[in-house]
Amino acid sequence: MSAPDIAIDVRGLTKSFGGRVVVRDLSMQVRRGTIYGFLGPNGSGKTTTIRMLCGLLTPDKGEGTCLGYDIRTQAREIKRHVGYMTQRFSLYQDLSVRENLEFVARLYGMPDPPAAARAMIARLGLEGRERQLAGELSGGWKQRLALGACTLPNPQLLLLDEPTAGVDPKARREFWNEIHALAAEGLTVLVSTHYMDEAERCHEIAYIAYGELLAHGTVEGVIERSKLVTYTVTGDDLQRLAAELEHRPGVDMVAPFGGSLHVSGRDPQALEAAIAPYRDRPGLNWTRSGPSLEDVFIELMTRARDNF
Amino acid sequence: MSVLGAADAPGAAPTNGFWRRTWAMLIKEFIQLRRDRVSFAMIIMIPLMQLVLFGYAINTQPRDLPTAVLLHERSDVGRAILAALANTRYFRITHEVRTEAEFDRLMASGQVLFGIEVPAGFERALRRGDRPALLIAGDATDPVAAGSALGALAQVAQTALAYERGIPEFSSPPFEIRAHARYNPAASTQLNIVPGLVGTILTMTMLIFTALSVTREIERGTMESLLSMPITPIEIMLGKIVPYIIVGFLQASLIIGAGVWLFGIPVLGSLALLAGLSTLFITTNLSIGYTFSTLAQNQLQAVQMAMMFFLPNILLSGFMFPFAGMPGWAQWIGEALPLTHYLRIVRAILLKGATFVDLHYDAAILLGLMLVAMTIAVTRFRRTLD
Ligand SMILES: Nc1ncnc2c1ncn2[C@@H]1O[C@H](COP(=O)(O)OP(=O)(O)O)[C@@H](O)[C@H]1O
Ligand SMILES: [Mg+2]
Repeated sequence: MSAPDIAIDVRGLTKSFGGRVVVRDLSMQVRRGTIYGFLGPNGSGKTTTIRMLCGLLTPDKGEGTCLGYDIRTQAREIKRHVGYMTQRFSLYQDLSVRENLEFVARLYGMPDPPAAARAMIARLGLEGRERQLAGELSGGWKQRLALGACTLPNPQLLLLDEPTAGVDPKARREFWNEIHALAAEGLTVLVSTHYMDEAERCHEIAYIAYGELLAHGTVEGVIERSKLVTYTVTGDDLQRLAAELEHRPGVDMVAPFGGSLHVSGRDPQALEAAIAPYRDRPGLNWTRSGPSLEDVFIELMTRARDNF
Repeated sequence: MSVLGAADAPGAAPTNGFWRRTWAMLIKEFIQLRRDRVSFAMIIMIPLMQLVLFGYAINTQPRDLPTAVLLHERSDVGRAILAALANTRYFRITHEVRTEAEFDRLMASGQVLFGIEVPAGFERALRRGDRPALLIAGDATDPVAAGSALGALAQVAQTALAYERGIPEFSSPPFEIRAHARYNPAASTQLNIVPGLVGTILTMTMLIFTALSVTREIERGTMESLLSMPITPIEIMLGKIVPYIIVGFLQASLIIGAGVWLFGIPVLGSLALLAGLSTLFITTNLSIGYTFSTLAQNQLQAVQMAMMFFLPNILLSGFMFPFAGMPGWAQWIGEALPLTHYLRIVRAILLKGATFVDLHYDAAILLGLMLVAMTIAVTRFRRTLD
């Protein structure tokens, strides 16, 4: 059994579809009360992992617990205490806001479903829209309603699968504020996203690419452990520079960021040697900096793909 | 610069590209069709089924109709007549009864369709040339089946006694056949069809309602949410079936009500019994539809399965063609279909005033079919997205 302050504790989760490994040997631990960011590009296996955590998919290999319940054998208990917000909107489009919430409240056997639904509508700021069909809500409101529906039965753990995908920035900020409010109430939140900037809003993060968990920890810890040295280059004809640098030994990653180029390497001396011939090229401006989280992820992903 | 192929360039004949794209589309459709097993099965099965069912089951004259005999005397003449009746192949003597009450019960429960009564002193009256009466009662709830058999009787009379010695030469039949069409003396087909329509319409609508229920959730993505909540397959099933029992019940009331008001269908039996057994029939069909829904990959497949099941229900249940006239194999299939039993139930209650004792066999089969369907549905329900 895992320690009581651990909400999610899984080891070696593996899942394939039709012979293709989609999640490989994934282990993760999430402490209770934290907001845990689950980052990775599209198709990296985030949804598959979350589904295994809440008993919707059976892992081919590996085991573990969710809230102390075995993910293989105690799916029913897990479902009682875990709120899962699916990536695709999965409430009933042809039911109204209130009907959807009452359905959830009834399904979980809450004592007074209409009252529970009313309270949630008030919390979500959906008063006046409660008779509107869920399918007619805008994207941002749909996400809020979905979050409301999965928090309604007072779960201990929330699994949110890309809740902010396709939502405008203002709605995204409000959504994150709500997640922090929920965490302050003691909920554990695992939230997947492919927006790098949302990592900053998490207590801890894990990064997954091609089905493999490549890094995890606090944002600072992940950056530090990457041992990456990065130079930011500004100036003319960066495209040509990128092409020239890309395959030089010592340069592990070249990535454009807006009007600048990030050149990174794990071995500082090799990197210095590699870029030395270009340092004095006229029109270029080199500054050494710590890598951004994005640099780290891109480098991890590049390396993972090369091994793939 | 042009991104268009030469064939589509202005001035060139457009046919080249047209055929190429059509061909590509056609190949793609074929591949998809080959992968879609249910559609493929439908393409083959529907014509085959129609051919076989219409060709054999339907064009056959009613044959071997189960018949009970009530003999008040044992005589050579009586036996000769019964043998001649059996030789027509219309009648098959399945029961020999001692009392009229016994015969009435057999007929009410549908175990026999005809009864033949040879009165006491028949042979003696015949030899005297008194033209005695042979009494024949037929179940005319299905006028087609009863009609052709009764029509065949006249010939029987001619031939039956040709070789009997001591009977005076005759030009007209030496005895009279007193045929009595029971339950539906006017041979009104509406009396037969309207109760049948109740069952047919219910089968169709009930199957479709539930056949879509699970696949719709999967296609709309709501199943993922539903499965992540603590609800069991049986709960989901019942939650999806029960609302439609009410719908079906209203539908049945409407059709029977219209039948009574518009066509003057009699209601000889108990309405409460009819309501109870109709509810059972409705639930059976909903369960079967739901089972299709758990087996199908998508809504289209589910509808196709429902149609495949609906077709034999219409053709082999005795709705379209007299059940007793179908060949043995068709009757076997028919016995496994809910509509067959419900038709017997509705006709027996409305037209014959049958009671539960007469119908317990059909009710038991409906219940059995329902439980089998529900068991398959619950065990086949996918609790995960694997
Ligand atoms: N049910 C499934 N059957 C087959 N392949 C699947 C299934 N679910 C996911 N995949 C594949 O697994 C990979 C990972 O998918 P997913 O877990 O949804 O990634 P993410 O959520 O990170 O975008 C994708 O390539 C996807 O196509
Ligand atoms: Mg996903």
